[in-house]
Amino acid sequence: MKEPAPPIERGSWVSGWEEDSAINDMKKIYYLWLRQIKKYLRSRARMIGTLAQPIIFLVMFGYGFGGALGNGGGNYLDYLAPGIIGMSIIFTAIFTGIEVIWDRQFGFLKETLVAPMSRTDVMIGRTAGGATVATIQGTIVLLISTFFGFQPVSWAAVVPAIFIMFLIALIFSSIGTIIGSFLDDMQAFSLIMNFLVMPLFFLSGALFQLQGLPDWLTFVSRIDPLTYGVDALRVLLANIGHHDLGLGVDTLVLVGMALAFSLLGGYFFEKIQV
Amino acid sequence: MIEVSNLTKKYGDHVAVDDITFTVTDGEVFAFLGPNGAGKTTTVKMLTTLLRPTAGVIKLDGIDPVLEPELARRQFGIVFQDPSLDDDLTAWENMDLHGVLYDVPDVLRTQRCEELLKFVDLWDRKDSVIKEFSGGMKRRLEIARGLLHEPKILFLDEPTTGLDPQTRNLLWDRLQELNKTKGMTIFLTTHYMEEADRMADRIAIMDEGKIIAAGTPEELKKQTNTEFLEDAFLALTGKTIRDEGAGSSDRARVMGQRMGRR
Repeated sequence: MKEPAPPIERGSWVSGWEEDSAINDMKKIYYLWLRQIKKYLRSRARMIGTLAQPIIFLVMFGYGFGGALGNGGGNYLDYLAPGIIGMSIIFTAIFTGIEVIWDRQFGFLKETLVAPMSRTDVMIGRTAGGATVATIQGTIVLLISTFFGFQPVSWAAVVPAIFIMFLIALIFSSIGTIIGSFLDDMQAFSLIMNFLVMPLFFLSGALFQLQGLPDWLTFVSRIDPLTYGVDALRVLLANIGHHDLGLGVDTLVLVGMALAFSLLGGYFFEKIQV
Repeated sequence: MIEVSNLTKKYGDHVAVDDITFTVTDGEVFAFLGPNGAGKTTTVKMLTTLLRPTAGVIKLDGIDPVLEPELARRQFGIVFQDPSLDDDLTAWENMDLHGVLYDVPDVLRTQRCEELLKFVDLWDRKDSVIKEFSGGMKRRLEIARGLLHEPKILFLDEPTTGLDPQTRNLLWDRLQELNKTKGMTIFLTTHYMEEADRMADRIAIMDEGKIIAAGTPEELKKQTNTEFLEDAFLALTGKTIRDEGAGSSDRARVMGQRMGRR
């Protein structure tokens, strides 16, 4: 077997490339990001599955619930659509984070864990990839909701809305990564869906305005990142906000939580042993 | 190149690796030989920053993988015992991603990916996703990927398990060439005697978490008065089949045998 040219001294690029290491680190993160996108695009079943759910919710709640409220469903749809966008993002993002468990089971996680890069970078690539996927998903749901009659107040507002979607996605993708770092099989998946994701979704006020909740539930809804995410989307897309905070506070809280959960995710990812 | 002293890994009461000490010199091919559940893979995982040792010190070219995991990871490459490919990516993408993660420059990466995919006879399947591959094909790709970057130290955890004899021979030749021309230090675990005998400069025989004998293949044969390494291995480790956690009677028996020999 012939060696390809050029002749290389043992380990030469290990040290020889250090001067470019910042560029190389970016490239590694980019490749891990790209991997998540490719996996998403190749998994049709997953894409259809995660889009079917918001469509069902739009139909059931938009027509059913909106009709019950007696205002013809039109106004309620303005309220509902941002909530459903939030829902599709939280489900997709948590799922991409939890994929760590999958990668652990199928072994690919090891390949990234022994690679000559910091685990923080591995986590950044994964999480950013997962968050991008969830944001794309949210944008598609936004488009779908227009077929149901939802009209964003202005199309210019869609750009900042996508930024908000990305922040929500980043938070929940990190939370997924944290969970994935602790668990080593998918058995616990339904537990997480039922005891974490569903409550966070309902308590965010995505479907209906929360009124007359006991104090402790109000507290939970106030620390639920999705509360702020959905509110910000509502302000931007439908010009209605349902609580006293306003877009500025929403955005600040989301940015803060995105930072905090990314750091926490990085910390726990660092601790993974295989 | 690899220095290990008093390395121990415990899972609760179970001692997977029990106070082992050994050294692998620069440019050496070193084999860890032992039955299933002897602690070979656990040792490799500790050497490659995947597991934290319970006690003991490791140095890879002077770097402690517990204290400086990132720097340590720059010193080695590894072929895992169990699958570590991404099933949703193609063969080429798996190779390419590995090359990027290991800082192999663009032009060289493309060259090598092509050359190695041809080497393991998967070039015409390079654009197929791994899902569609058979077990043997996955294993071959795994090997090719491990050879893509040429590190100072290459760990191979039972590399030839599941390989056909043709690929096994090709791999042996390739590894020997890398060892000779590039001075790559090679650390492999195996339970094939033939492999250890043919490849390794030195062998450590591991059983139930301990190194029970070490030396060149010749030394081991002489020590046990056997003609073949397989006989030496059986003389040292006994003939019963091992589970991951061997029973206490089994342990006592092996102990007795070992004492009797001394």
